[in-house]
Amino acid sequence: MNNFLTHIGRYILLMRLVFKQPEKKSIYFRQILIEIEHLGLDSVGIVVFISIFMGAVLAIQMAFNLDTPLVPLYTIGYATRQSVVLEFSPTIISLILAGKVGSRISSEIGTMRVTEQIDALEIMGINPATYLIFPKIIAALFFNPILIMISIIVANMGGWLAGSLTGMVPSGEFIYGLKAFFEGYDVFYSLVKSVVFAFLIVSISGYHGYYTRGGALEVGEASTKGVVNSSIAIIIFNLILTNLLLA
Amino acid sequence: MIEAIEISKSFGDNKVLDNVSVKFEAGRCNLVIGQSGSGKTVLMKCLVGLFEIDEGRGIFGEKVLSRMSFDEMKLVRQEIGMLFQGGALFDSMNVEQNVMFPLSMFTEQSIGERLERANFCLSRVNLENVNKLLPSELSGGMKKRVAIARAIAMNPRYLFCDEPNSGLDPHTANVIDNLIKEITEEYGITTVINTHDMNSVIEIGDRVSFIHEGKLWWQGDRDTILMSDNKELNNFVFATKLTRKIKGL
Repeated sequence: MNNFLTHIGRYILLMRLVFKQPEKKSIYFRQILIEIEHLGLDSVGIVVFISIFMGAVLAIQMAFNLDTPLVPLYTIGYATRQSVVLEFSPTIISLILAGKVGSRISSEIGTMRVTEQIDALEIMGINPATYLIFPKIIAALFFNPILIMISIIVANMGGWLAGSLTGMVPSGEFIYGLKAFFEGYDVFYSLVKSVVFAFLIVSISGYHGYYTRGGALEVGEASTKGVVNSSIAIIIFNLILTNLLLA
Repeated sequence: MIEAIEISKSFGDNKVLDNVSVKFEAGRCNLVIGQSGSGKTVLMKCLVGLFEIDEGRGIFGEKVLSRMSFDEMKLVRQEIGMLFQGGALFDSMNVEQNVMFPLSMFTEQSIGERLERANFCLSRVNLENVNKLLPSELSGGMKKRVAIARAIAMNPRYLFCDEPNSGLDPHTANVIDNLIKEITEEYGITTVINTHDMNSVIEIGDRVSFIHEGKLWWQGDRDTILMSDNKELNNFVFATKLTRKIKGL
């Protein structure tokens, strides 16, 4: 418990440092663009790949479980859309990103720590916490919602493709279901979750990287801790946000 | 001038520095020597503020480091250049970008001006046609020279070098030593160098401080170090059988 509170305290202190005034805004703007490429654009492929299969499996399972004349076929499209929008895209894709992006951030910053590159930044008079973590946070806050929107669209397409190709749901019925009872608030809820999860992934992974001590072994440990702890945080905050926004 | 006044530093129960007081003069190469684990690097990191000092204080000119706020410390650090043991070049940047980096952060110079300054600093450390190479493509000696070029890019008043020639062959080590000495004298920088290389001491040791088990044991220069009768210092300086025989120990 004591150790946990120490981590929480250090995390809060680090975040205070991260959000200090940047030294030169133009440099930070360029860094944000670089991070959008590294953390966002480079993740589009994996997000699309996972989402299309996720949507397809969801649609097939819905069709299999709702195989009764009492439930109209368009329900499969509706249920697939709701599952994707409310839970699968924001949460599952964020967990995937915690693995991909989180390990990258922890190991990158951790390696900079053990090779004294962070000390070098500090000696130059640069606030390393802001320079290294702030652009990543902004990039993720900006691009994660875009990734989640891409995931929602692609997953629904995957569901439609699976339903149509297997003949389980006629195309028209599925598309009617996708459009039925649409609530804009569901998308808002999904985007709020994606923004919160993006902050958790980058800040927690960044924290573990920033306080790495030792060598290659410890960088590996930091990377693992970054992924595991940001995943745990996502799961906990998923419950909190669902309760706050939907209950 | 840089001054360490009664600096003590512990890590847990391990007291690494015990009441160390030492002055480093401007325009001269001030060497701190001692065995590995004697506390040299900790003293340097305490002086530049990378480690918090438990007791005592570090003074840069008239500024007391331990009494500075985060933002005041940032300003002083812009006057400091530091050469780390492994170079600490930024992996994601090429040589030119590494040297230009502090200029990009703290000056309003145009890209052309920054490039000109970077090329000047690189030529000063005898490096040419390496601008576009990444740190991973450089030899150990080249990395050290790029790190020196980056350290002097902002015309620092204070230069700290932690084991500048560790892992280098004797010839390259000598080149690096002489380069640091030239730069120190040319720009009147206060240079502090951690080393356990006796060749460096003889070559560039204007002022030498010997640290042993976290305490300052001896101070002098390259001319007096070989004549000293300090037992601990002699055990360090004349470590081999041959040198001990010559010294008559």
